[in-house]
Amino acid sequence: MSGADPTTEQIPAQNELPATPTMAEIVRPPRSSTSTWPLIDRLCYGLCWATGIALCMIALAIVVFMFVKGISYLRPSLFIHSPAPSLHQSQSGGFLDPIVGTLIIAAIGTLIAAPTGVALAVWLSEYGRPAWLARAVESAIEMISGAPSIVLAIFGLLIFSQGFLSFLSQPAAEGSLGSSFLCAGIIMALLALPLIVASTRAGLSQVPDHMREASYALGKTKATTIRRVLLRAIRPSVASGVVLGLGRIIGDTAIVTVLAGGNLINQANGNVPILSTLRGTGSSLTTYVYENSPAGEGNAHQKAYAAAFVLLVMVLALNALVTRLTGERTARSNWLSRMRPAWIR
Amino acid sequence: MPVGVPNHRRRLRRTGSDKRAEFTLGALAVAVLVLIGLMLITVFVKAWPSFSHNGLAWFGSGGDVDTQLRAMNEVTPLPGHSIYYFRAWSLIWGTLLTTILAVLLALAISVMAAVFLTEFAPAPVRRVLEPVIRLLAGVPSVVYGLIGILALTPWINQHLISNARKKSVDLLVQLNGADLTTATLILTVMITPIMVAIIAGALASVPPSWREGSVALGVNRWRTIYRISLRTARPAIVAAAVLATARALGEAIMLAMVAGGRGFAANPLDGITFLFEPVRPLAATIFQESGAITNGPVSHTIYAMAAVLLVSAAMLSFAGWAAKQPLKRYGIRA
Repeated sequence: MSGADPTTEQIPAQNELPATPTMAEIVRPPRSSTSTWPLIDRLCYGLCWATGIALCMIALAIVVFMFVKGISYLRPSLFIHSPAPSLHQSQSGGFLDPIVGTLIIAAIGTLIAAPTGVALAVWLSEYGRPAWLARAVESAIEMISGAPSIVLAIFGLLIFSQGFLSFLSQPAAEGSLGSSFLCAGIIMALLALPLIVASTRAGLSQVPDHMREASYALGKTKATTIRRVLLRAIRPSVASGVVLGLGRIIGDTAIVTVLAGGNLINQANGNVPILSTLRGTGSSLTTYVYENSPAGEGNAHQKAYAAAFVLLVMVLALNALVTRLTGERTARSNWLSRMRPAWIR
Repeated sequence: MPVGVPNHRRRLRRTGSDKRAEFTLGALAVAVLVLIGLMLITVFVKAWPSFSHNGLAWFGSGGDVDTQLRAMNEVTPLPGHSIYYFRAWSLIWGTLLTTILAVLLALAISVMAAVFLTEFAPAPVRRVLEPVIRLLAGVPSVVYGLIGILALTPWINQHLISNARKKSVDLLVQLNGADLTTATLILTVMITPIMVAIIAGALASVPPSWREGSVALGVNRWRTIYRISLRTARPAIVAAAVLATARALGEAIMLAMVAGGRGFAANPLDGITFLFEPVRPLAATIFQESGAITNGPVSHTIYAMAAVLLVSAAMLSFAGWAAKQPLKRYGIRA
């Protein structure tokens, strides 16, 4: 409707209220007035600047340190060789298996968490009946978002070592082994779930009610409205939630160490091509970094730096993706009020 | 064809499918709820033997935790004690120390940084700081641990701990740079970005007219921030601290790498040496001992530690919820 006649376009312009002032438009006293402030105020003012700059410096130091170390130890051959047990760093292979492991676990975790998270968020925001049940589900999700990942990991071990779940890993002497990529991925989904739920709900709460009402007025049912109108409208929120969850999954070490076996080389279990890998054990980049640090067994810190660098690049890429996804919606608004629902929680 | 009849029928059918959708989604929600409930119950059931054998003394001090864990691993009870004999105080003390010190440090830094970000920073600086904070929050903890163990720990060991100091506590512990200071510093760097984000968000959503009113009365900018903005955002500051505490409490990998991994209750009476004594927080202990989790007594003890962490996390998330309530009065989301 770009070609509307000018009279209809005039009306909102006349009724428009003066724009609410944003941060930038607030008239502030001129900066020179700092000299008239009491000493303590000036001190605090200086301290604020110092903290801000120090924060920048620390971040810069971390990034530069990791990039310098990472790039200086990174070799193309590291990407195509599997880890090999060796005392010498030159012979201990590369991190092909950990990269594959990271991708597998991230894929399983996301595939489970994304639909579940969106469904939970829709139920909580759009239905939420009975209210006490919604409150209980809400606090349960809050609870897992606060639970340490190592606790989730050992809970997973407890569940998956039950005999009837041995199809997820492999049967053992009593019950089942309880560690495989599938097990790790399922618990990782639990880790990503709160982020996806929070992001989707934030998106749903921003959809104006008149969009729902318009859909009902056209005779659509609630279910159709959700599927056809709401979920389409909040696609960027869902996507950013999923990417944030992905970042959490990629960065987690405890769950992989406990639930994916702890061996650096991926070991398939069985003969079925893909399923055997999923049911088998292995490692991810995070456990590779841990095992190759002095805290682990390998103590090959060049490899650890290189793998950590790859990990950091992945996180940076995911960060850029989130910025892009959320940025399209909120390019003009204040980032500070937007970034919180997106990646905290 | 009359319009009303098919419409009516169609509406009935639609309502049916609508009900089905609600029911399916609700069932999924209940399933997740049951899973999480199951988690709480199984962890507590599994933890029970350790608590019941030790009673409340589980939380107390006595003996060396590392020896007790080793005895359990080797299934040879310590002389005069049950196989379940376990005194977690030094682990709990380590958790408390690292968490509280890091949260206090981070609180001071993040309030300052958030004020800087929302009030003083020129636009270009703000544009740089935003992705920086996001990045710091996204770095995996194992990378922080790696930096700590390969860069910070050796530096502290060489430059800050003198040989005389090492000698003074030689009989009790070895000081090697993996210690309370390293753990606290890195933990601070890890939790600060989260706190900055929350506090800055709350500061940015303080109604501008409130501050304008203050400035119009001739109050200077810092006083306005201190008296109006920070006071309004106080619940958000509490909420940020709570969230950061939960994060610090649950941090396992980084602390397992840099905190020293020695079940030693660092003693504040040791003066400066206290800062260089190793600690062993609960989450890190769970992580380090998780290899032996199939073994009976050890596994019960590990799940007991997990239960303690779960209860603390639940209490913290409740505290966070309670802290956020006053903000809603002003229509500020936090």
